Amino acid sequence: MEDLTSPKQDKKNQELGEARRPWEEIAASSQDPKSGLSEPLEPEQWLETGPQPRSGPPQSPQSRASPPLDDVTGPGAPSPPSPAPEASFIPSTLALARQQLAAPWQSDRTTDVNPKAETPHSHRLEQSSDQGKSTAPQTCQSEGDIFQQSQQTERHLYGPEDVSNNNSKQKELRFNIFQEEDSNSNYELDHTESGVSEGAPSPLEIAIQSAKAYLLKTSSKSGLNLYDHLSDMLTKVLDERPENAVDIIESISQDVKMAHFRKKLDTLQNENEMLPIYETAEKQKALFLQGNLEGVDQELEDEIAENSLPNVMESAFYFEQAGVGLGTDETYRIFLALKQLTDTHPIQRCRFWGKILGLEMNYIVAEVEFREGEDEEDVEDEDVTEERDDGDSDAEENDEDELPRTFYKTPQVIPKEENRTGANKYVYFVCNEPGGTWVKLPPVTPAQIVTARKIKKFFTGRLETPIVSYPPFPGNESNYLRAQIARISAGTHVSPLGFYQFGEEEGEEEEEVEGRRDSFEENPDFEGIQVIDLVESLSNWVHHVQHILPQGRCNWFNPIQKSEEEEEEEDEEKEEEKEEPEYMEQEVGPPLLTPISEDLEIQNMPPWTTRLSSTLIPQYAIAILRSNLWPGAYAFSNGKDSALTGWASSMEQ
Amino acid sequence: MDAESLLLSLELASGSGQGLSPDRRASLLTSLTLVKRDYRYDRVLFWGRILGLVADYYIAQGLSEDQLAPRKTLYRGRGRKLGNQDPGDVVGSLNCMEWSLLPPATEEMVVQTSVLKGRFMGDPSHEYEHTELQKMSEGEKVFEEEVVVQIKEETRLVSVIDQIDKAVAVIPRGALFKTPFGPIHVNRTFEGLSLSEAKKLSSYFHFKEPVELKNKTLLEKADLDPSLDFMDPLEHDIPKGSWSIQMERGNALVVLRSLLWPGLTFFHAPRTKNYGYIYVGTGEKNIDLPFML
Repeated sequence: MEDLTSPKQDKKNQELGEARRPWEEIAASSQDPKSGLSEPLEPEQWLETGPQPRSGPPQSPQSRASPPLDDVTGPGAPSPPSPAPEASFIPSTLALARQQLAAPWQSDRTTDVNPKAETPHSHRLEQSSDQGKSTAPQTCQSEGDIFQQSQQTERHLYGPEDVSNNNSKQKELRFNIFQEEDSNSNYELDHTESGVSEGAPSPLEIAIQSAKAYLLKTSSKSGLNLYDHLSDMLTKVLDERPENAVDIIESISQDVKMAHFRKKLDTLQNENEMLPIYETAEKQKALFLQGNLEGVDQELEDEIAENSLPNVMESAFYFEQAGVGLGTDETYRIFLALKQLTDTHPIQRCRFWGKILGLEMNYIVAEVEFREGEDEEDVEDEDVTEERDDGDSDAEENDEDELPRTFYKTPQVIPKEENRTGANKYVYFVCNEPGGTWVKLPPVTPAQIVTARKIKKFFTGRLETPIVSYPPFPGNESNYLRAQIARISAGTHVSPLGFYQFGEEEGEEEEEVEGRRDSFEENPDFEGIQVIDLVESLSNWVHHVQHILPQGRCNWFNPIQKSEEEEEEEDEEKEEEKEEPEYMEQEVGPPLLTPISEDLEIQNMPPWTTRLSSTLIPQYAIAILRSNLWPGAYAFSNGKDSALTGWASSMEQ
Repeated sequence: MDAESLLLSLELASGSGQGLSPDRRASLLTSLTLVKRDYRYDRVLFWGRILGLVADYYIAQGLSEDQLAPRKTLYRGRGRKLGNQDPGDVVGSLNCMEWSLLPPATEEMVVQTSVLKGRFMGDPSHEYEHTELQKMSEGEKVFEEEVVVQIKEETRLVSVIDQIDKAVAVIPRGALFKTPFGPIHVNRTFEGLSLSEAKKLSSYFHFKEPVELKNKTLLEKADLDPSLDFMDPLEHDIPKGSWSIQMERGNALVVLRSLLWPGLTFFHAPRTKNYGYIYVGTGEKNIDLPFML
């Protein structure tokens, strides 16, 4: 083992007279890390290099520090054919490097590593510029290794392998030229193959210098020169060590060029682009901070007592079993946003209804039930508009006395259902993203539902967008959204049989004409249905939202009743006519709590698909119900505990 | 999406609402690595999930070195347990672990299955019956006869996947590059799109052989970089507006959703290497698209 080290050290001592002293300084200062590294280095190199037939006197411990440098470069001369020039070549290049480094070498090597590494690199380049660049990186690697050893230990091990792939012949040529040029170091090489003497500049040297001058020429366009650019590029390659560097060298070149320019425009670009991220983060931070209000203790008690907020995370867990979900942190933010909603509005019950995707933005929908007497605001507006309509129709009738009267009467506008009944049973709030403001959707009118059934439009994400369609939709996007929500709720909100039961009602007999029961309540005696049963038979699930009639309402409205004036005027003929429509128009839908097995098939396809969440672990699986009519509507049930029944609709339109 | 970054990709794509349940995720992670080993693919992509009435199909695709070469498609049905199968046995059980190779799609398959409407059943051997009027000639008489053609669901699956791939598989600009020798490689220095680029549809390409590239004018071609711009961009898709591009989480994630094939989501985190697309849907084209915009 010592054989290899000693001849190198031998040459060193012989050859590097002047260079030695500054280098020893370096060596002394850098002894500790280097010695640490020499251990892993050595075994690696002994593999690479063959034994070399030299011997020499053992060296002093002081120059022990030099072996790491030598050892690293040792594998640079692996091939037996011409070991001599190579072995001596590398140390000589090292010598030059050390000389250059000697002066500026400071105690903190690491910070100066890169700039220092560049100068020997450029030096190497200079020498080998007309020999091609392939060898330069090899030696430069070894140089680079030394100086960046504290950061990249692996490269030491990597370096020798690369260097060993070197073409020995090229090295010989380089060595020859190097010899000519190097007038600084006084070393004498015993094993030189060429006998070129130092002294007068040869044509080769002039050629090299002119080549270098050409490389250093500054470009008129960009102010860069090829020399610097190549050195930057090679530095980058050696720093980053990408795989298959030769394949991506063009992009690296581009990156280096761009790096020159980026610094000036940096601050401007970052500001513009990063702002929206920061704004959203601020909004969401507000969500998280809302809990820190004054009088925290009191509020906590109130919250626990009211319990209007559902456990969104729990439902989200079950939906995740079904493969439906928005991701945990998004769900949590929605949870917090719902809490914000309940804090700002007097809400009895609140539920996360789902998320509707739009073209530019999405909607997060919350289904809310206000406390008694809280939401009377909008009712008055509707009455006003209705009165205005009646006034207009009166004016028209006066004009028509002179002209032939048309017998056509515009169909009675079917009034919307009262709040808290039928399709307007719940109030819906939407926001575009968690942390945004919640906007209340207006109640839905039957005309809107009827038209919504006939059109199919994407949502854009902005509530004021007009809906351009045929038949024309009475309203803008907020109305369309509300109508769709109503339809989806009516079609897909289901629960296991028996979970809800009809409450006791006082006026049951009066409502027989319509045959509808409006309210239901949770069945405290619900025992749960086996999950297998829920999956196998659709009759175990029932709708618990009223079906919307073709008229657009849940409770059928007889349009004939209101036109009492006309009844009095007309003759019996008219009455007959009216009776017939009255008879025919009685629209009946399935009553509340009908099992979903009665749902109509769609194009030979069952309306619902049932699935167990996991076939591998059936004892903890939950039953999942997926609607085929409304893609994205899911219901799940655990079967054991009634509180865990849930549903959500995330429509993709 | 790449099978290697499956979990992260699923998390990023979760904004559309449809994802995978934990047990599916876990089983996919294991089975996709095995597929990669068995079939010796360079990269395995989890393509997505097609929802059927009885069962769902999970689709994966394997890529070889050349990224644009025809991809091999594998599917996995949900299956039913057969007797006493050991669930840990990869080969023997039909239940969630076994992948079957799908035949490559041909033109006639696409034509044949274009008549089929409605949802997938979920059973690959299910046969659709379709009556066609075919002209049969017997001697001098030419009459039309109703012929009942049976089409297997597997064929339909193949053609639907192929159509979706051709129409809406997306890749960001710069993620792949073309070498002069022909093969297309993953670009290892792809750092992600910048924010301004990420908001433009022109920075995303269809992940298939280019069709419209040759029709471009010389002026347009002059601006293109031949090593990067060798696929069709999404910008000129017909109908215009068939892509919905949204930024989520402020500007930290860009999500493209196709409106032509609802259920296809492409996500990319700008300035990072994360990107991918997944299709979770019923496998039906949205023919009403022009009316819905």
